[in-house]
Amino acid sequence: MTTGGVTDPMLVNTEETVGESTQTPYRRFLEDFCENKIAVVSFVVVVVVSMIALFAPFIAPTDPYDLSTVTVEDKALSPGMTMLSGQVAYLGTDGSGRDLLSSIFYGLRISLTVGIGSGIIALAIGVVVGLSAAYFGGRTDALIMRLVDMQLSFPAILIALVLLVTLGKGVDKTLIALIVVQWAYYARTVRGSALVERNKEYIESAQCLVLSKPRILFRHLFPNVVAPIIVVGTMQTAHAIALEATLSFLGLGMEQTEPSLGSLIANGFDYIHSGHYWITMYPGMALLVTIVAINLVGDQLRDVLNPRLQR
Amino acid sequence: MTVFIIRRLMQAGVVVVLMSFIVFSGVFLVGDPVDILISDEADEEDRERAIAGLGLDKPFHIQYLVFLRNASQGNLGDSFIFEEPALLLILERMPATFELALFALLLAVVVGIPLGMLAGLRPNSVTSKSIMTGSILGFSLPTFWVGIMMMMLFAVILGWLPSTGRGPTTTFLGMEVSFTSWKGISHLLMPAINLSLFKLALVIRLTRAGTREVIHQDYIKFAQAKGISSSRIVLVHLLKNILIPVVTVLGLEFGGLVAFSVVTETVFAWPGMGKLLIDSIGMLDRPVIVAYLMIIVFLFVVINLVVDIVYSILDPRVRLREMKA
Amino acid sequence: MNTNGSRPTLQVSHLQTSFMTKVGEVKAVNDVSFSVHPGQVLGLVGESGSGKTVTGFSIMGLLDHPGRIIGGEIQFRGENLVGATKKRWQQLRGSQIAMVFQDPMMTLNPVLRIDTQMIEAIRAHEFVSRKEARQRARDALGQVGIPSPDERLKAYPHQFSGGMRQRVSIAIALLNKPDLIIADEPTTALDVTIQAQILHEAQKLCQETGTALIWITHDLSVIAGLADDVAVMYAGRIVEYGEVDNVLDHPLHPYTHGLIGSVPSRNRRGSPLHQIPGMTPSLLNLPQGCAFRTRCPQASDICATVPDVSEPRGSGRLIRCHTPMLLTESITELSGMFAT
Repeated sequence: MTTGGVTDPMLVNTEETVGESTQTPYRRFLEDFCENKIAVVSFVVVVVVSMIALFAPFIAPTDPYDLSTVTVEDKALSPGMTMLSGQVAYLGTDGSGRDLLSSIFYGLRISLTVGIGSGIIALAIGVVVGLSAAYFGGRTDALIMRLVDMQLSFPAILIALVLLVTLGKGVDKTLIALIVVQWAYYARTVRGSALVERNKEYIESAQCLVLSKPRILFRHLFPNVVAPIIVVGTMQTAHAIALEATLSFLGLGMEQTEPSLGSLIANGFDYIHSGHYWITMYPGMALLVTIVAINLVGDQLRDVLNPRLQR
Repeated sequence: MTVFIIRRLMQAGVVVVLMSFIVFSGVFLVGDPVDILISDEADEEDRERAIAGLGLDKPFHIQYLVFLRNASQGNLGDSFIFEEPALLLILERMPATFELALFALLLAVVVGIPLGMLAGLRPNSVTSKSIMTGSILGFSLPTFWVGIMMMMLFAVILGWLPSTGRGPTTTFLGMEVSFTSWKGISHLLMPAINLSLFKLALVIRLTRAGTREVIHQDYIKFAQAKGISSSRIVLVHLLKNILIPVVTVLGLEFGGLVAFSVVTETVFAWPGMGKLLIDSIGMLDRPVIVAYLMIIVFLFVVINLVVDIVYSILDPRVRLREMKA
Repeated sequence: MNTNGSRPTLQVSHLQTSFMTKVGEVKAVNDVSFSVHPGQVLGLVGESGSGKTVTGFSIMGLLDHPGRIIGGEIQFRGENLVGATKKRWQQLRGSQIAMVFQDPMMTLNPVLRIDTQMIEAIRAHEFVSRKEARQRARDALGQVGIPSPDERLKAYPHQFSGGMRQRVSIAIALLNKPDLIIADEPTTALDVTIQAQILHEAQKLCQETGTALIWITHDLSVIAGLADDVAVMYAGRIVEYGEVDNVLDHPLHPYTHGLIGSVPSRNRRGSPLHQIPGMTPSLLNLPQGCAFRTRCPQASDICATVPDVSEPRGSGRLIRCHTPMLLTESITELSGMFAT
């Protein structure tokens, strides 16, 4: 028995199928999605967080990385106290005197960029590989899937560890590690759905029309494969963000000059014994809220999209 | 049965060699092999000697073969910091990591299976819904952050449990274990719970899905028709059918637990292999890093193999199929 | 109806079982009455959806949510089972009332050994030692004609063929010498030769042990050779009920008539097969009055009301029909014994 385990807990489908209505698929999808209030709230949260990340330089009260304004005199101020510059540190400051709120905004920016960025690239790779494997079949397929299974049988953190240890720290290396960790999962999902679709009739008709292979791949196969990708994509993104945070926390991921939320949490960790809990707690909560919101959205997406797959 | 084992062993061997190649290439081609194997503190003369002695001036494939030969003899280089064989260092700390991983696994199973079955048997109850929500939280939350929060709450604020380190150890089956005393358990508790959370969520969801599926099968109804008590139906008929997929997944996950203990050990300063790795990374003790990666890959492959074998023992249908093959 | 003067093992009176689904109430069993005496075989015949299986499950108390018994009585040896406690059900099932299911592949738990599954059936009801239970299991396997029972006991279900598995299920049903066995299409999934064997053995067993047997099936030919009485079900009601020879030779209800007429062996070669026109109505959407109305060649206006149970004089049976065939018609039309 092969051991490429699908052990993502969120993909263990636990819900019943949903009924149907007689509207356009998009309208129906929106309706079904909005049935779950929690998912809607989570979605709003995700949008808010993304906005913060996007506009961080404009909305952050201070620039925590501007060495001219940061002073160690502001070190470890409690939330609500005022910094030397007169600015109120709503969430306090960290061990180097940086305003925590601003650090969190910038940290979110980095965490999300790396998490989502790596996801998109991994997705692109995975889609190409998965579609090719499904379309060409035979030995190509077997070989690719062997590779995919082998990689998937190792825990993500191990692969990331191996890569980051050999490559070193930094944004680009973290990105590479996260991409390597994620592509296989996308490839397998895409291949799975593509195989199901491939045997359906409309592909045969397209082939009869003697359309070129790439055209068949991308114009016909792809749209029907999109739904599971969306579901897997949301979950994977949350995982990627969490993984990056974990790696940065361990001191392996991002550099100190571009701290992600994980690095911030690591920085604050040393202070909890002395009672300055906020330095680690607030970045942690920001991370938490982001990840949980994405997961809840993904959970609802999965429940809504999956029955649709069985048309 | 033996043919099956031999075949799997061969497959495992291939994977190990492949992984060693990847690790080796990664470390030697991407990084600077000289830097990796020779301490930064060596002076020029020592460097020359080391380079010659370690064969770093030889072509890549020869270096790899030398590495393999050494590795098969158990020589994975010496630590810069401790000046002991890296392999030994790691093996010394393995019992601590295993203790942690095993307890985490135990917790996940002992708590997860009953909860999952409960959620599966009464799917629309409040209990079930809260268990399922809990499980979502269980694996969304990044482990290291949960660990930090636990530490803050139980150690710093409430002071109920010690925040770091391992408790006093005794020797058991030739290894140092710490669960034999209450103090040891108090040290073990938080890290084990922390490490188990992700797996717990997984077990709950798997068990619940399995329960929902099995409970509607004809053979359950037939058991009822025989007048078998509900408790026996749940504990024997249901459980054994659910256990098979759950055990398989868990077995594979044990390797993941060992790998992931890197995080928990760092948070709780638990003196296991994982902490050694992170410390070594910080101190640039590269031989230890390489040794750790090799060992853990090897471990992983062995675990997968054992799980496959156990699975075939548990599920009689698989055993017969494999025997015929 | 055959009565040998004894009290019936099972007496079902005006049983009503419904499924309260989101889309409405499905009246799977709609006022059904019959009885079975010790040593007797009752054939319960009907198409899928007629309610015969639900009747069987109702008697066993094995209805799945959202099914419920909403009316009537099930008198088992004088005790009304409707509303019995869970504990009472557990005591009865497997020891005094046993059931054999249709699909032999799934009725045995694939991960447990045969002996485990047989021994637990014994020990759930009696305090016997494992050794003794094992011995009884062994004997039961021999009783149903399974060779080398000791080896078979240690085996797993998937190592048996379909026919063997069904024999094991029957053996399990017999283990505690029940007074009533309900067999729900037990031979449908098996091939004809095995079917014949099992039928024959079933008959023999009932005669020997005085067990009452309800044999649920859609296949009339099975009933002809096996049963003493037959009850024909349609859309949740019994439409004809009497001694098997009477009913099969001269059916009075148009549905029964149609069923018998549509059996291929009954038709002369070359002439078109008789068929009952139309399809079984969905239980959610029954026509008003007699459910068979829309397909009945004899339907008239009066059939818009539900027919009561009546006993046409001299017919020796009960029917539910406003416009039954005349006895004389029936005898002429279906001359010749139904081949056994």
